[in-house]
Amino acid sequence: MTVFDYAPAPESRSVVDIRGSYGLFVDGEFTGGHGEPFKTINPADESVLAEVACADEADVDRAVRAARTAYDKVWGPMPGAERAKYLYRIARIVQERSRELAVLESIDNGKPIRESRDVDVPLVAAWFFYYAGWADKLRHAGFGPDPRPVGVAGQVIPWNFPLLMLAWKIAPALACGNTVVLKPAETTPLTALLFADICRQAELPPGVVNIVTGAGDTGAALVAHPGIDKVAFTGSTDVGRQIARTLAGTRKRLTLELGGKAANIVYQDAALDQAVEGIVNGIFFNQGHVCCAGSRLLVQESVAGEVLERLKARMATLRVGDPLDKNTDVGAINSAAQLARIRELSDAGEAEGAERWSPPCELPSQGFWFAPTVFTGVAQSHRIAREEIFGPVLSVLTFRTPEEAVTKANNTPYGLSAGIWTEKGSQILWTAQRLRAGVVWANTFNKFDPASPFGGYKESGFGREGGRHGLEAYLNA
Amino acid sequence: MPDRLAVRKTYKLYIAGAFPRSESGRSYPVTDPKGRFLANASHASRKDARDAVVAARKAFPGWSGRTPYNRGQILYRIAEMLEGRRDQFTDELRHTGASKNTAAAEVDAAVDRWVWYAGWADKLDAVAGAANPVSGPFFNFSTPEPTGVVAAIAPDSPLLGLVSVLAPVIVSGNTTVVVASEPAPLPAITLAEVLATSDLPGGVVNLLTGHRTELAPWLAAHMDVNAIDLTGALPEHVQDLEDKAAGNLKRVLRPAGDWSEEPGTARLTAFLETKTVWHPVGI
Repeated sequence: MTVFDYAPAPESRSVVDIRGSYGLFVDGEFTGGHGEPFKTINPADESVLAEVACADEADVDRAVRAARTAYDKVWGPMPGAERAKYLYRIARIVQERSRELAVLESIDNGKPIRESRDVDVPLVAAWFFYYAGWADKLRHAGFGPDPRPVGVAGQVIPWNFPLLMLAWKIAPALACGNTVVLKPAETTPLTALLFADICRQAELPPGVVNIVTGAGDTGAALVAHPGIDKVAFTGSTDVGRQIARTLAGTRKRLTLELGGKAANIVYQDAALDQAVEGIVNGIFFNQGHVCCAGSRLLVQESVAGEVLERLKARMATLRVGDPLDKNTDVGAINSAAQLARIRELSDAGEAEGAERWSPPCELPSQGFWFAPTVFTGVAQSHRIAREEIFGPVLSVLTFRTPEEAVTKANNTPYGLSAGIWTEKGSQILWTAQRLRAGVVWANTFNKFDPASPFGGYKESGFGREGGRHGLEAYLNA
Repeated sequence: MPDRLAVRKTYKLYIAGAFPRSESGRSYPVTDPKGRFLANASHASRKDARDAVVAARKAFPGWSGRTPYNRGQILYRIAEMLEGRRDQFTDELRHTGASKNTAAAEVDAAVDRWVWYAGWADKLDAVAGAANPVSGPFFNFSTPEPTGVVAAIAPDSPLLGLVSVLAPVIVSGNTTVVVASEPAPLPAITLAEVLATSDLPGGVVNLLTGHRTELAPWLAAHMDVNAIDLTGALPEHVQDLEDKAAGNLKRVLRPAGDWSEEPGTARLTAFLETKTVWHPVGI
């Protein structure tokens, strides 16, 4: 360590008690599963964290039945004001146990503690607080005078924001009077199971929230179960398509929040240092494991050289390493499979002729790691400009006119998010109006809030989460 | 021996603001409920459907880029033209078996419904949009936007059903390809004549007559169609059409509805996206 290096600043693991094995959470109880149990590992060092039960079709059926009974007997008939109080209780417990949740999230997912502590967990609490307040105000939400819950919701969430995606799904569903069966991702089940414990602590009636752990088969069994009324899915566009096909002709409701390939547009008059911070936040936040990540940088030609120079200088200061170190900016890639995909696409970028650059950066020898990477000389036809990489890999393209920027930005089957950097307000609004994307960040990036609708156009899915709009998926008006 | 031989109308398609025959050269006879011949209607082909999608896509930037006030004006103009052809539509509905009073009432209901939807153009943003009070130094607002090209399988209510499907799709700025009722397609082409003379830009509405079972699967599977309204799809075809629509994750509006009922806003919002724009607040 030289004089100017940071000293290690590790967060303590002692606030979390990780058990050797975990069961499913069905009807208010932790129970075994009949599928083959699986292990969840710490992606930062590949150590086994716990063995987790796997739900087979019969287990999923049991969970759906528990949810149906709770819906019919308890949660559906309950006055909204009472449901609200349960959600407020959950929100408070999340705040009280925030350190524990953040540490466990970082251990299981690989994301830096700085992000799980400052972004994920505070947003989880905020989501429950926000939707708690809707529970007794649904008649005023604009979905008719007597909106009714849909029934039992089957929810499948990804591994990039395990706890936050759980909150996005469960909070509005419960506020509207639905009960849920949720399947977390197989690589990140632990915080969902800790959330189950929070439900017990809040004395939430049994069966209102059920958590079934497992991989794709468990999710498929849940989606196809005839006893659910609504499916909410966040994940890849390919799986979203499969789910839409499974649900064809069934009358089950569906919302999908799928992939993205966001354009982050930097105009020549942008405040460049702020833009560079935004570019870094856009693609290296959460190791780039973000569906709305700004993975395509579109920079106006006249400032492209300068932006790249400043970007590379900034990237050289990113600290990659131990997710539990409070100084870490970029943590571990979530799984070996994801690391392989990032490598494959990056190699394809080089093979197709783009120029690859990463800052000098020593990666840990154990675990799954990928250095922050930027590709220049990228053409729109390159795979790295078209396919979602879901990793810390930025593709840089240039443009000359605003029209060209918009055309290139919209040249994708996705339409989840976009960024605009310019000091000119009218140019922001002009550009924002023309971008076919559900979320547009102007002079900022990757901001989320429960009061704010989020969701995609085109093949990034349909439906919105957050805000009043987020209630619609869970109500029959 | 009649004094005068009637001039019979040739019914064609309505694509990109023009009235072409089907490129396939096919037509099919349309009869009244007693089986008497009324007219030949064009029997649109897969190619016609694809041409119609191209026309709708081309019209989308212009139509969605109009001010809502202007779209409202044009839709109201369409209502004026509908009212002007009240007797013609009443006659056509009588050919489908309705009594004179029922037919006239349906035309009136269709005109009134069109007027109702026309008024939504400049109110959707206020009702479906939001200024979001996020917890941070940001100004953040959500606005509704049209989803793009919407394919619609119209129900067999030849005028009121057709109008009920069409108006909510285009009033927000979407463009559309509509497959008219198969057994009663004639009022649809007359409606197209109304649209063509109402300041509605060519390509915003493209109207196909023919066999639903032939046309709907191509529209459901079309990768440049953003949403599909299955209102008039036959129940036995819904699963297949939804399966095809999954190919590019189309928004799907499932069959539902009794046309005599007051419409809510569900048909409007089914074809809207919500765009949320964030900007920092500071000095």
